Amino acid sequence: MIDLGPHAVFIVGAYAGVAVGLLGAVLWVVLDARRVAARLAALEARGIRRRSAGSPAP
Amino acid sequence: MSLDVAAKRPNWFARLANPGQFLAWSRPLLWPLAGVTALLFLAGLYFALFDSPPDYQMGETVRIMYIHVPTAILAEGVYVLMALAALGTLVWRHPLADVANQAAAPLGALFTGLALISGSLWGRPTWGTFWEWDGRMTSFLILFLIYLGIVALWRAFDDPSRAGRIVAVFTLVGALDIPVVKYSVDWWNTLHQGASIDLMGDRHMANSMLLPLGLMTLAFGFLFLTLYLVRIRTEIFRRRLATLARQAAGATP
Repeated sequence: MIDLGPHAVFIVGAYAGVAVGLLGAVLWVVLDARRVAARLAALEARGIRRRSAGSPAP
Repeated sequence: MSLDVAAKRPNWFARLANPGQFLAWSRPLLWPLAGVTALLFLAGLYFALFDSPPDYQMGETVRIMYIHVPTAILAEGVYVLMALAALGTLVWRHPLADVANQAAAPLGALFTGLALISGSLWGRPTWGTFWEWDGRMTSFLILFLIYLGIVALWRAFDDPSRAGRIVAVFTLVGALDIPVVKYSVDWWNTLHQGASIDLMGDRHMANSMLLPLGLMTLAFGFLFLTLYLVRIRTEIFRRRLATLARQAAGATP
């Protein structure tokens, strides 16, 4: 690992903050997509379909 | 009398943005986009942290630039995209335009927040302060608040079609802040430095710094694109879900 000098705490803090934000966003986007897809699949499994059925699966 | 069949065929833009067709063409793109994003981040982080020199003035803290500048570019770029989507809602009443606005808003807010945090952590060792109420930082904080306002507006309405037009007007009014953010460093004497990348001017960055900055900007851009496509797909499915739920409620005796 490189020597980040006397201001290492600011550099590491900035990278860690951005990493946490991005990973959190990825997790939120993926889980939200899965939750909506599961609810849609559950409704369709009950036989409730759009009038223009035949759309691609989530 | 003859029918012009070709004229009735939807043009490429209509096919691109039709919700049903969007779902079809976007699905096979998601994994390749995620792969390209991961590779770009690996390469960008390698050059940003291990194979680029310290700055002659800022020293090692220049490495914060490789995450601060891309997030700041996306903060402004995503808003421009949302403003175009708002025009699509108000002028052309395009079916996917308000979905495009709604899907982008939380991502834009995230990038703006990350640019503010990384900029603040860069400012402390460079300027001796985390924050200064100068033109660039203040207008950027206003951009963050505008994003939060748009996210809150979307959540305030049950019917997305009603929310769409109101949010579109709000988005276009908020777009006035974008040129202020962009040119604040030129209009006022700010603590914040001028543009880091000035391709047309005479300020040139060393290639050893331009490479990690370019790679990281591409990595953040591809990450946004990947998440954005997934968010748009999710919003389309969420609206279908709401329609089906109403349909199911109506069918129940």
